[in-house]
Amino acid sequence: MDCKQTLKLLTAYGDQELGLSEAEEIDQHLSACLACQNAFIIQSELRDAVKLHATYFQAPDGLEDRIKATLAVEQQLPAIQPKRPWRLSFWNWFNVGATSVSLIALICSAALYLATPSSDDLLAEEVVSSHVRSLMANHLADVASSDQHTVKPWFNGKLDFAPCVNDLTAQGFPLIGGRLDYIDQHAVAALVYRHHLHPINVYMWPAVDARQIAIHTLSIHGYHLAHWNEAGMIYWMISDLDTRELLALAHILQAQAQCAPS
Amino acid sequence: MRAQRFREIALPHLNAAYNLARWLTHNDQDAQDIVQEAYLRAFKFFDGFRGDDARAWLLAIVRNTAYTWLQQNRDHAAHVFYDEAFEDLNATESATLCDQPDSNPVAILTQIDDKHLLDQALIQLPVEFREILVLRELENLSYKEISQIACIPIGTVMSRLARGRKLLRACLEQMN
Repeated sequence: MDCKQTLKLLTAYGDQELGLSEAEEIDQHLSACLACQNAFIIQSELRDAVKLHATYFQAPDGLEDRIKATLAVEQQLPAIQPKRPWRLSFWNWFNVGATSVSLIALICSAALYLATPSSDDLLAEEVVSSHVRSLMANHLADVASSDQHTVKPWFNGKLDFAPCVNDLTAQGFPLIGGRLDYIDQHAVAALVYRHHLHPINVYMWPAVDARQIAIHTLSIHGYHLAHWNEAGMIYWMISDLDTRELLALAHILQAQAQCAPS
Repeated sequence: MRAQRFREIALPHLNAAYNLARWLTHNDQDAQDIVQEAYLRAFKFFDGFRGDDARAWLLAIVRNTAYTWLQQNRDHAAHVFYDEAFEDLNATESATLCDQPDSNPVAILTQIDDKHLLDQALIQLPVEFREILVLRELENLSYKEISQIACIPIGTVMSRLARGRKLLRACLEQMN
């Protein structure tokens, strides 16, 4: 080991913090090198001088008692002093967080609920689709006849109910025919009327309950729809007629259904 | 129960705590405040103490408290981190030390017996050297314990001790 290495490790050597092999190497070097011996002596003198002569400050009287008193206070109020505010704020923030989450969930559910179309809206869309399909495919009527006595029996054996069929030519709504359709998971009767070249589809099928629902109208994609429940039957009517004329037909059909319950 | 155990473990090291705080602050009242606060902190963190070296654990808290206090109460920034300035000094010193066979240990001896002068020289050391010297020479702590207290590697403990002693010697020579 040379002087440079020795001087580097001399402090740890003097403090007896070196491993045995390194310490032995330095022993050997020191026994041969006067300069490093000298450095070692100076270092040792300084160390001993500090150890012996530097002031070791003893804790003043009373400090221990004050610390004990402080600890006693701290011990008595462990939950109130520094911990309580932390806990309090933790729970506060926890509550704020929980409340926010609940609120957001509530708003989301409400939004979803409001955004979800009602069953009537869905049904109206189905009626529109059916109406448009019947016009597109040139499949307005399975049985084309203005004779109610031809149209009504045609439904026998095709449906589990007898639809109310009337020729309304006198009222300005000639019967064109009838066909089977499928709406709201029911096989339904579709009667086709015409008013000044406007085709009108009237769908009917039995209601689950006998609840009466008054006629109400709505418009989807430029079509006007009317819907009511009468005498245990559900009625949906759709056409590109204006609402006033559509309502006129609805009233006629409603009146006839009352007179001749199926 | 917990408080009783804490008192039994921590209070025997009160002198060590005060001595370190006093050497870091040079002031009795400040040192007392720091020690009191450090014990309070130690009590709060007592559950985290796993119990092999209570003195090193406590002194680390005292040191942290003292440094926080120093930062808040004194503009000592100029004191703390001028390691680099001393790096140069030490480099030249260690290079020439071996070439100075006539540097006379006896001449220094006359000064280092002077208690007052020695304290003065120690006070003048930058705090990071002073604290290591205090922990080593006055508390007889091992390099490992010092490295834990001061949060520095053992190699740095060794180099700071070496530099600290050389600086101390330089201070004593200046005072002569």
